[in-house]
Amino acid sequence: MSQWKNLGLWLALAIVVGFGFWPIITRDAAGRETGFTILLAIVMASSLNIVMGYTGYISFGHVVFYGLGGYVGMYALSALGWPLPVAVLAGGVGSALLAFLLGKAILRLRGSYFALATIGVNEAARTFVSNFTPFGAATGIELQFSIYKTYGGAMQALWLTYYAVVSIAIFAVVFSFMIKNSKFGLSLMSIREDEDAAEVMGIVTPNAKTLAFILSAVLPGMLGTLFFFKNGSVEPGDAFRLGFSIESLVMIMLGGQGTVLGPVLGALGYQRLRSILLTSDITIGSFALKDFQLVISGLLMLLIILFIPGGLVGWLRQRFPRLRRLLA
Amino acid sequence: MTFILQVEGVTKHFGGLHALTQVTLDLVQGQILGLIGPNGAGKTTLFNAINGVITPDEGHIHFLGKDVTGAKPYDLARMGMARTHQIVRPLNELTVRENVMAGACFGHENHNLSSAYQIANEVLAFSGLAARADQLANSLNVAQKKRLEMARALAAHPKLLLLDEVLAGLTPSEIDGMVNTILQIRDQGVTIIMIEHVMKAIMNVSDRIFVLEYGQQIADGKPEEVVRNPRVIAAYLGDPLMAKRLMEAG
Repeated sequence: MSQWKNLGLWLALAIVVGFGFWPIITRDAAGRETGFTILLAIVMASSLNIVMGYTGYISFGHVVFYGLGGYVGMYALSALGWPLPVAVLAGGVGSALLAFLLGKAILRLRGSYFALATIGVNEAARTFVSNFTPFGAATGIELQFSIYKTYGGAMQALWLTYYAVVSIAIFAVVFSFMIKNSKFGLSLMSIREDEDAAEVMGIVTPNAKTLAFILSAVLPGMLGTLFFFKNGSVEPGDAFRLGFSIESLVMIMLGGQGTVLGPVLGALGYQRLRSILLTSDITIGSFALKDFQLVISGLLMLLIILFIPGGLVGWLRQRFPRLRRLLA
Repeated sequence: MTFILQVEGVTKHFGGLHALTQVTLDLVQGQILGLIGPNGAGKTTLFNAINGVITPDEGHIHFLGKDVTGAKPYDLARMGMARTHQIVRPLNELTVRENVMAGACFGHENHNLSSAYQIANEVLAFSGLAARADQLANSLNVAQKKRLEMARALAAHPKLLLLDEVLAGLTPSEIDGMVNTILQIRDQGVTIIMIEHVMKAIMNVSDRIFVLEYGQQIADGKPEEVVRNPRVIAAYLGDPLMAKRLMEAG
């Protein structure tokens, strides 16, 4: 039995490694782009799961860490001329710092009040950056094309970015597992189940919640830097898209919140569905539907909340109680 | 004599309601103090004040010789105070063992997960929940949840344990079992304050009884003294003696 104890982790890693390494083995540029979106989704969902699944705080502001961390990284690349690895770290640190400050401000709110506040944070961040001249205000930051020469040309830079994203995605899954199986993870899950009882047991809830928020912010900040570096530019509309936060939420709900495997499965499933919807022409009469995947994600969320609130993994665990120990 | 807990003139108002008025109480280490009184007398409010869930409007609380007035529940838990809740608060989606491990991990002994695992197994065996260790907490029945609530508090190896109606809703044989458990805990040197309505049980286990009515203390003494106290009889126990006295006067 014990060798199966971490089945959820091994399955999650198999998915990340499988989808991550396939384009590297085949040297397929189109596959690499698919890989980018899937791995980004996996990291966003797994990191949001620390706050939402483990701690029980629903956040609509997760994209802020991606956006703002990305902006910090892009600023480091373009204005300060820092090398990419250092800029990526700066993006992570920038997001962590923001999470620390936000945590102090809004983590005392509970339930729907916290969720509402995070929507406000998203809008505030976008408005702030749109008017912040060092970050290029409304036009954003654009990289000089020559920057890619440092990394062996544009093609080589893309692959380099991809290796970094694969590494971060693998780390995200292992990190999520380590937190879940730590004493800190137990404190987060106690807060999720009953915050007042957790305080009475001796859990310093403000510190635990803030730390969870910070840990969930680091990887999105690093990824933001990598993705904007890959695109060559960033503007406020890309960086702070509320829809992206909601999609991350749907992925977690779809796969199963509070588990290691759930967000990975959900991210994979949602991205596959999304790419099908994006590539097929959906028209009603003469109207083409833009962003149709958001309609589907809204419906999906509604159906999941109504019928399988535990997501795919939660449903499996309920249906087959023996799996409970395996799919931790 | 050193006191583990000193409550000095604690007063708490909720709007116009005087939940606690000038309550004063000194507790000697190793005793069981029974806290009784009619519904709404302020018993649970006093617990909440002692373990930091609410901050008193007036007065001071000292725990282990330190002024802890206004301290948070987690500060007190980390000093060695544990409590159970009148309405049980299990961590539903965690297993029974994980619930108890959480009690051991975050109390004053600050255990890591593997030693918390050992303690949880010991406490679960002691509480008769060993067979349920891997079940989810929400699958337990009420009596088992009460035992879990107690087990979680015990796993912290507290110096002071606050028990809020752990006997309510149990069958007579379950009450006997729980009373034995409480006495065993006391014999390990743990100081206990318990709120209870099951008179026979509390009079038997308590070294001392403290009676509240409308937020005021109306009696404090040995169980045999308190049961003969006319104010306590009138306020809470019912009034057979009072009735007799009235008849004699008439």
